[in-house]
Amino acid sequence: MSELVADAKVVQLNKQIERSEKSSTAVFGFWVYLMTDCVLFASLFAVFSVLRNNTYGGPSGAQLFSLPYVLIETLALLSSSFTCGLALLSAQRRHKKQTLIWLGVTFALGLTFLGLEIAEFHKFVTMGDSWHRSGFLSSYFTLVGTHGAHITIGLLWMAVMGVFIYKRGLGPLTLKRLRMLSLFWHFLDVVWIFIFTIVYLFGALHV
Amino acid sequence: MNESINPEYTNALVAASHESEPSRLKHYVIGFISSLVLTLCAYLITYYHAGNRGLLLGLLAVLALIQFLVQLFFFLHVGREFSPRFKLMMTTFMILVVIILVGGSLWIMHSLNGRVMPSTKQKEQYMNAQDNL
Repeated sequence: MSELVADAKVVQLNKQIERSEKSSTAVFGFWVYLMTDCVLFASLFAVFSVLRNNTYGGPSGAQLFSLPYVLIETLALLSSSFTCGLALLSAQRRHKKQTLIWLGVTFALGLTFLGLEIAEFHKFVTMGDSWHRSGFLSSYFTLVGTHGAHITIGLLWMAVMGVFIYKRGLGPLTLKRLRMLSLFWHFLDVVWIFIFTIVYLFGALHV
Repeated sequence: MNESINPEYTNALVAASHESEPSRLKHYVIGFISSLVLTLCAYLITYYHAGNRGLLLGLLAVLALIQFLVQLFFFLHVGREFSPRFKLMMTTFMILVVIILVGGSLWIMHSLNGRVMPSTKQKEQYMNAQDNL
């Protein structure tokens, strides 16, 4: 009898391991996608670095960017990356309410970041410094805009996840998706470190 | 039945699920605070133009690289998995690709700039020739 119970336990454990392996494989697959996304960003960074001085009589980065403004953007995104990690931790502890709260905070901070970025773009375009102006501005809008597009998709994904968790709770499938979302969000913050340094800080120093 | 489970693997799995809660929270907090400090350092030295330009650029690059590694380890958990470390391998390979892509592009374009782009004097001559037509 006790052997039977032990066998049942082994079978259950086996199933658990199998499930967690499958889920890990899926998350690893998503990691591979993120790494290939790096190639896209690397190309855009290369283009930007080549064209950064081709202002064609237009404004340079130092004249255009306001550092305190960019710092606020950066802090909003960095904090959202942190709260996204907290949301994942709460989800792994199966605290539904806590997860939803942290996910909400992450969403709000991400939306703040996106709003600030769009306001900045709008200001530049209305001043006549749009992507038509110079090679520098074309590459700037492409690089930062591509990052912004990723953020937009991440926010949409986050909203859908929020509704999903609210309606169906925290099953293994939801947890797997949440792990992927958090990878995506942290990855975007990592890309932003380089945008902040190479585009804005180097720009302020007239590279 | 019992041989079908690798005990080491099971132990590792159990250890991983136990390791999780407090130490993982600690990881996120450490990652967040050090990223915050690194970002503010980079911002302040740029804002106040502390030191000469070459030094500043080097310092900013170093700060960005440190923050990159910090976030990779504390937020993205790269290098904290069991072997075989496919995630770490993939990441290392991608860093190599990015270095080749960006470094190579900059090298080629810089070299072309020196070789093919006309000097200001040549440009003026060309413009004058166009005017005469």
